[in-house]
Amino acid sequence: MHLLICGGTGCKASSSDAIAEKLKLELAANTLQDEVQVILTGCFGFCEKGPIVKVLPDNTFYIQVTPEDAAEIVKEHVVKGRKVERLLYVDPTKKTTIEDSKHMGFYRKQMRIALRNCGFINPENIDEYIAREGYQALGKVLTEYNPQQTIDIIKKSGLRGRGGGGFPTGLKWEIASKNPADQKYVVCNADEGDPGAFMDRSILEGDPHSVLEAMAICGYCIGASKGLIYIRAEYPLAIKRLKVAIDQAREYGLLGNNIFGTEFSFDIELRYGAGAFVCGEETALIHSMEGLRGESSNKPPYPAQSGYLGKPTNVNNVETFANVPPIILKGADWYFSIGTEKSKGTKVFALAGKINNVGLIEVPMGITLREVIFEIGGGIKNGKRFKAVQTGGPSGGCLTEKHLDTPIDFDNLVAAGSMMGSGGMIVMDEDDCMVSVAKFYLDFTVEESCGKCSPCRIGNKRLYELLDRITKGEGTMEDLERLRNLSQVIKDTSLCGLGQTSPNPVLSTLDNFYDEYVAHVVDKKCPSGQCKSLMKYIIDPEACVGCTACARNCPVNAISGERKKPHEINQSICIKCGACMDKCKFDAISIK
Amino acid sequence: MSHIKLELKPEQVAKIKEICKSFNNDPGELINVLHKTQETFGYLPAEVQEVVAVELNISVAKVYGVVTFYSFFTMIPKGKHPISICTGTACYVRGAEKVLDEFKRILNVKVGETTPDGKFSLNCLRCVGACGLAPVVLIGEKVYGRVSPDGVKNIIKEYEE
Repeated sequence: MHLLICGGTGCKASSSDAIAEKLKLELAANTLQDEVQVILTGCFGFCEKGPIVKVLPDNTFYIQVTPEDAAEIVKEHVVKGRKVERLLYVDPTKKTTIEDSKHMGFYRKQMRIALRNCGFINPENIDEYIAREGYQALGKVLTEYNPQQTIDIIKKSGLRGRGGGGFPTGLKWEIASKNPADQKYVVCNADEGDPGAFMDRSILEGDPHSVLEAMAICGYCIGASKGLIYIRAEYPLAIKRLKVAIDQAREYGLLGNNIFGTEFSFDIELRYGAGAFVCGEETALIHSMEGLRGESSNKPPYPAQSGYLGKPTNVNNVETFANVPPIILKGADWYFSIGTEKSKGTKVFALAGKINNVGLIEVPMGITLREVIFEIGGGIKNGKRFKAVQTGGPSGGCLTEKHLDTPIDFDNLVAAGSMMGSGGMIVMDEDDCMVSVAKFYLDFTVEESCGKCSPCRIGNKRLYELLDRITKGEGTMEDLERLRNLSQVIKDTSLCGLGQTSPNPVLSTLDNFYDEYVAHVVDKKCPSGQCKSLMKYIIDPEACVGCTACARNCPVNAISGERKKPHEINQSICIKCGACMDKCKFDAISIK
Repeated sequence: MSHIKLELKPEQVAKIKEICKSFNNDPGELINVLHKTQETFGYLPAEVQEVVAVELNISVAKVYGVVTFYSFFTMIPKGKHPISICTGTACYVRGAEKVLDEFKRILNVKVGETTPDGKFSLNCLRCVGACGLAPVVLIGEKVYGRVSPDGVKNIIKEYEE
């Protein structure tokens, strides 16, 4: 019997370490410590109801476990074989308890390739990875295939880059392999900067060896002996697990000189990011690894020609690498059979926002947004109405109800005005103001623009100012036209991917929620009541009894009136904090 | 170079030199050097940057350029309890802005500032990846999940003695 406990960042924050310790203590108290193993694994994906404890072999899935529950789990489940009912997951629609994860709506439609080991193995133990076919792909490649044959397998599988661009991975490797040089580099891009995306972090925390193995395979294909992982300094747990994994792989001779007794040598080092979104762009990333400001540069030359220290460099994203070992072992045809015509395989998405099941999911390409949001995601929080889903992070766009049945793949999302990006999926409900959301993203882009080219540096700032004016009720209809024109110019003239995609949130909300912009501009109203400047707190003189509670609680003394007589709010002083409305016992205050 | 104002204590300068040396005084390792230095000093004031520049044999402007480019590096000392509010999208749509406003109001500081008593500093960061717990606040290394504006007062109270 095994007790698996999620040791991802989210569940660790909810004391999953303490749960593991407590379980071990309880097992020892029952002298079961040799019969039952307690394993801290990577992320299960079901972050909404964390911390999760999973019992194998029966797959019992306990949610929101606390250290205090440990005794009961051991006493009831482990000793007596009775499930702890109150910790089981309750299906929110059918209201029935579900005992094992296989029957949960959240997992039913998922297909795990990149996340195959997350939540199953102890990421800090290389033996567990090896027990699940780990490093077999590397062995097979080194002993049975030459580099070109391996590249052909990846090409044939149809794997495309998972970092955002969707460039065919096999082709990328082939280009790097054909540029002769005395030294080449394999770089893993783990600078996951998209706010709301945490798939790379989860893979690195839950299955670091799969990335190391794939990097070595890539090194063999392109003729590189050195690998570098560029990782965010904000991910301390992932960094720690990578370090452990690299040490173990070296110890086992799976990294280092003459791997599997062949001529091939490969080693991996870590490089730390320092918080710059633009470093997700490969030329900026390379500059950052060289100790410079993370500014992007013109392509060509591509990194495959002249990258890190001027040498041919192949940059792939974490998730892309995690797909490589299964492709080698199960074959290109197997991978090619999953997905849509031009997008093969699966994609990991980070579901977040106003959705019931926040978490990490992996689904075959071609699944619809409806299936993801309403079946896997369990629908919108608090029974509200679905309004939009933002995909692709700050470079993506907002999709609406009319896109719900579009099959998700690289090309369909672009056609709908958004993009795959790294796989962030933020769900919004009727309370979210789309103009504010666009402004939020532009605020991000303005801050993260590296400043090298003027369309991005100045243009995005102007876009932000226009949006700011509109949310304050100072916009004009000409501003809407200006937003569109300026967006187009920024897209056409920016140097790198950041600027070329940064106006997407503006354009997609203009396309899909034009009425909402018009409401802000013409009616001076925010339909979802989010824009403070456009809100007005009003006291209904009929309902007000003059109790003075509102006036006493107003932080800026904006409310006046005599005791037992209707009060009034001075709109020029009011800061719209809402304190008066909270304090009013007679429901006399409303927002207009 | 002899014109460095030695506001730093000699042992501090020695420490910086030691860090630079551990990276072979390689200018390509600038970011790693700065990470290590900030870990030691808590922040990267101009004087520290000057020493790093001399050691790695690059211009101070270049070091300053890198320090100010990356949001992880700071030239202002952080408070005893650094508060970071996640303003990633997931936290934003679940109300992070209101939580931030409440911290600003109670502590009476702006984002990037430290309270006059040096106890708290307030910063925003983009996504710690704990989106299941949104909105998320970090104080030091401790993560607070599902924070509401009403809960802010009690969180701050934990650190005021």
